Amino acid sequence: MKIAVFVKQVPDSAAKMAVDNGTVTWGEAPLVINPWDEYAVEAALVLAEKYGGEVSALSLGGESAKEALKHALAMGCGEAILISDPAIPSPDAGATARILAAAATKLGVYLAIFGKQAIDADTGLTAPMTARLLGWPSLTLVAAITQLDAVAKSIRVERGIEEGRQVVEGKLPAILSIGKDFGEPRYPSFMGIRKASKAEIPTWSLAELGIPAPEIKVSWPEIFSPPPREVSGDLITGDSAEEIASKLVDKLLAAGVL
Amino acid sequence: MDFHLSEEHRMVQNMVREFTQKEVIPVIKEWDRRQEMAPFILPRMAELGILGINIPVRYGGQGFDYLALGLVCEELEAADSTLRVVMSVHMGLNSMALLQWGTEEQKKKFLVPQAKGEKAACFGLTEPGAGSDVAGIKGTAKRVGDEYVLNGEKMWISLATKAQHALVVLRTAEDPHEGLTAFILELDRKGVKTGDIHGKLGMRAGSTGWISMTDVHIPAGNRLGEEGEGFKIAMSCLDNGRYTVAAGATGLIRACLEASVKYAHGRTAFNREIGQFQLVQQKIAYMVQSYEAARLLYLRAGWMKNQGERNTRETSLAKWFATDASFDAASEAIQVHGAYGFSDEYDVERYLRNSKGAVIYEGTSEIHQLMQAGYALGYREDADLRCELPSYDAEFWQAAG
Amino acid sequence: MAGNILAYVDHFKGRPLQASWEVVSAARKLAAEPDGRVTALIFGPEAEKMAQASIHYGADEALICEDASLADYRPEPIAALISKIGKEHQPDAIFFTTSTRGRELAAMVAIDLDSGVLPDVINIENQGGKLVATRPIYAGKLLAKVECRSKPQLLTLRVRAFGKPVEDSSRSGKVTKVATALGETQLATKVVDYATVEGRVSLGDAAIIVSGGRGTSNNLTLTPPAEITDEKQKEIWRAQQGFRMVGELAQVLGGALGASRAAVDAGYVPYDHQVGQTGKVVSPDLYVAVGISGAIQHLAGMRTSKVIVAINKDPDAPIFGVARYGVVGDLFEIVPALTKVLKERLHK
Repeated sequence: MKIAVFVKQVPDSAAKMAVDNGTVTWGEAPLVINPWDEYAVEAALVLAEKYGGEVSALSLGGESAKEALKHALAMGCGEAILISDPAIPSPDAGATARILAAAATKLGVYLAIFGKQAIDADTGLTAPMTARLLGWPSLTLVAAITQLDAVAKSIRVERGIEEGRQVVEGKLPAILSIGKDFGEPRYPSFMGIRKASKAEIPTWSLAELGIPAPEIKVSWPEIFSPPPREVSGDLITGDSAEEIASKLVDKLLAAGVL
Repeated sequence: MDFHLSEEHRMVQNMVREFTQKEVIPVIKEWDRRQEMAPFILPRMAELGILGINIPVRYGGQGFDYLALGLVCEELEAADSTLRVVMSVHMGLNSMALLQWGTEEQKKKFLVPQAKGEKAACFGLTEPGAGSDVAGIKGTAKRVGDEYVLNGEKMWISLATKAQHALVVLRTAEDPHEGLTAFILELDRKGVKTGDIHGKLGMRAGSTGWISMTDVHIPAGNRLGEEGEGFKIAMSCLDNGRYTVAAGATGLIRACLEASVKYAHGRTAFNREIGQFQLVQQKIAYMVQSYEAARLLYLRAGWMKNQGERNTRETSLAKWFATDASFDAASEAIQVHGAYGFSDEYDVERYLRNSKGAVIYEGTSEIHQLMQAGYALGYREDADLRCELPSYDAEFWQAAG
Repeated sequence: MAGNILAYVDHFKGRPLQASWEVVSAARKLAAEPDGRVTALIFGPEAEKMAQASIHYGADEALICEDASLADYRPEPIAALISKIGKEHQPDAIFFTTSTRGRELAAMVAIDLDSGVLPDVINIENQGGKLVATRPIYAGKLLAKVECRSKPQLLTLRVRAFGKPVEDSSRSGKVTKVATALGETQLATKVVDYATVEGRVSLGDAAIIVSGGRGTSNNLTLTPPAEITDEKQKEIWRAQQGFRMVGELAQVLGGALGASRAAVDAGYVPYDHQVGQTGKVVSPDLYVAVGISGAIQHLAGMRTSKVIVAINKDPDAPIFGVARYGVVGDLFEIVPALTKVLKERLHK
């Protein structure tokens, strides 16, 4: 039983982002595995441990994406595959979904798991798009997987929605995206680190996936830094807590936010 | 000469950093205030395999090299010195001594469970009346038939109340140096008492205590090395313990540097961030210098251990430099923080209190100065040891055996 | 000019999200030219009732479906229906809320209609029929102008970014029932159950949010009950008292309760209260940060709030850098005082 988990390499969340001549820069900050994808890897590993199976980690990106894949290997994934092709230098969510759908098909998995969103583009679109292309159920924002029956080919999950939790049962194969409530991802183990550093990571091109370069639908004519917020902060002081509270309420009433 | 860390080393360092950032740093100040060692520290370090990081797989360890040990210690102490102390006594002073001097039987019986993290280990050399003066040790071990009977007091022993195994050095004969012998002591034997020492200036989130032995019987098989080799064994233990201290102090300098840079950006005075003032910059510049130099010194010592080269001088130099520098860095870090540095709201006062311990234990700075001068003047030379610390052989160390 | 815009009205079991009316209203503004039409799409229980509201908020007409297969939210049948209508109506754009449902529906419709999605936008310009949207990337550290090269242009609108929707009950329009696109047998999922929290103001919708941080556990004058002996449990008990106090302030203000990641990780409150990069991104009119230092990841989740108030005993806490009003003091004195004064002033 094969499970695929898709990971992305992104700038560290603490990085100072800037735009230099139309290109996004992050200074000296390292590139790391997308934090949400660590939850996805954790979910895949938990499922494989509980129900048996192999976990393959895949990433669409350049050579540097191998770091994210090595992290996934060190956490315990059985294999890692890089998907890279000069024909798709900067895919949008739709193009990415087309490529990952082809990869899921090629691997023959019964579950493909994504992190909730990538912290660079913050779209959160790729998982449902991939599901739609494959015609598989899309179970996004999964907070818990309560049942998996490989024979009956069904899975039951709890999804985290605004109003609380929704319990959904879906047929396999399916696409999952994992939210934070799922549980803290494990650290890479020392043995995993050894295995990962020795691992050979093959690269799949679009030709190997059997698809042409997908069309890009969304373009980004401009990237810029947000205008600095004009904040003149007022420190409210007083002789007693009540006096301070009174002054603050005055200000808030005047500001019209109450 | 390749100064880059291997990918494996970087991943090991990152993993320990993640562990300390997620699980230790958020709570360590509380434990320091309580002057107690958090009960989760040893089990977590055991679970993650840290307690056996550089012991061969066939002896229950993770099979990484001595550089990995250094990097792990750097990360642990950047969170709190007490975590690195665990590695100093459990690994540096005890487990590595078993690796170097132990018989196969002793390795199987004691090293394997230690490397697996099933047992914690400590080192009992220092006595109430004997610190730098190792030859002044008074505790005794008397051979009686198939056993030794141990009597004595050991003091300032990290993990005394938390460990299950101790490596103790006791007097089996009169001669100051040739009369010492090393023994493996299970701390649950009859006649052994342990207790904690409180009221320390620093290392408050750790465990420091004493071990008292009254007519403790141990089998002769627990003796490490030959009778009379105790002094040489103790000195070689210190080569390894000191290495972890040097690496750890490097991490402490880094913690001081990072805290100072963060504060220098965040705090404003006279209408600008204080990082713009030259005297603040000077302090930070010296921290950078100390950090980079300390790092190169301990990595060089670790590299020599990997090669199987005798490194007593280089390790002593690394320990002396890094610990002195960490004390200065911590003091200056408090200065950068101004009044806030004086409060335990910030970490820097804890860094200072912790750093003072390291210039005292594992050879005071003064001892190291004498050693370095001794080497330079030719008064001191290292004699070959009967047993050398094994060099790092990846294939042998990583094999299941 | 964006001629025809479909606006998907997101709801939970017939209770519309306030954000849905913002979407309808924004569509109305953008389709303002003489020929511009806004069609609301409402599928599920109480669709008819919501249809009337959608017209009051700016739709010219509404298409509804209350079929049993849509009684519980599932993306597949709803996306299929939106796509079917999309193929028939050939709109210039389809607008969605940026909610858990809106986003994935937009994603699926994009695949069905071979188009693209501009997700979580905070501004939309109409450049001669082409919509150019602005959206935050890298957790809001940067902004990007984005456009979709094909029609229909699919957008999800960030909550509270497009102004308060205006209700005009004099408006009228046609409400038409449509049939589902997929039958139940064609669906591969089933909703089994819900675990919802009733009566609580949702963070995403809230105009006012009061959030507590790690500082809420610091009231050492409180004595936990004798049965609690473990230090960690004592800390959590104290924090729960602190959060109760913060919750009272939220209640008096009619707002939602939020929390920093530190508070959630320490076990003081459940994750669904978390505001920040790994929690929810919010943009209320008033955000009160109580005992929160203001780590970058937290600021990423609330920095676009209209007015930020910070209460913290550490004058160097980064939160004061973004706060419009700050109080350096003991939150255990300030917060109850604030609650008391507000009760009096707001006559509660």
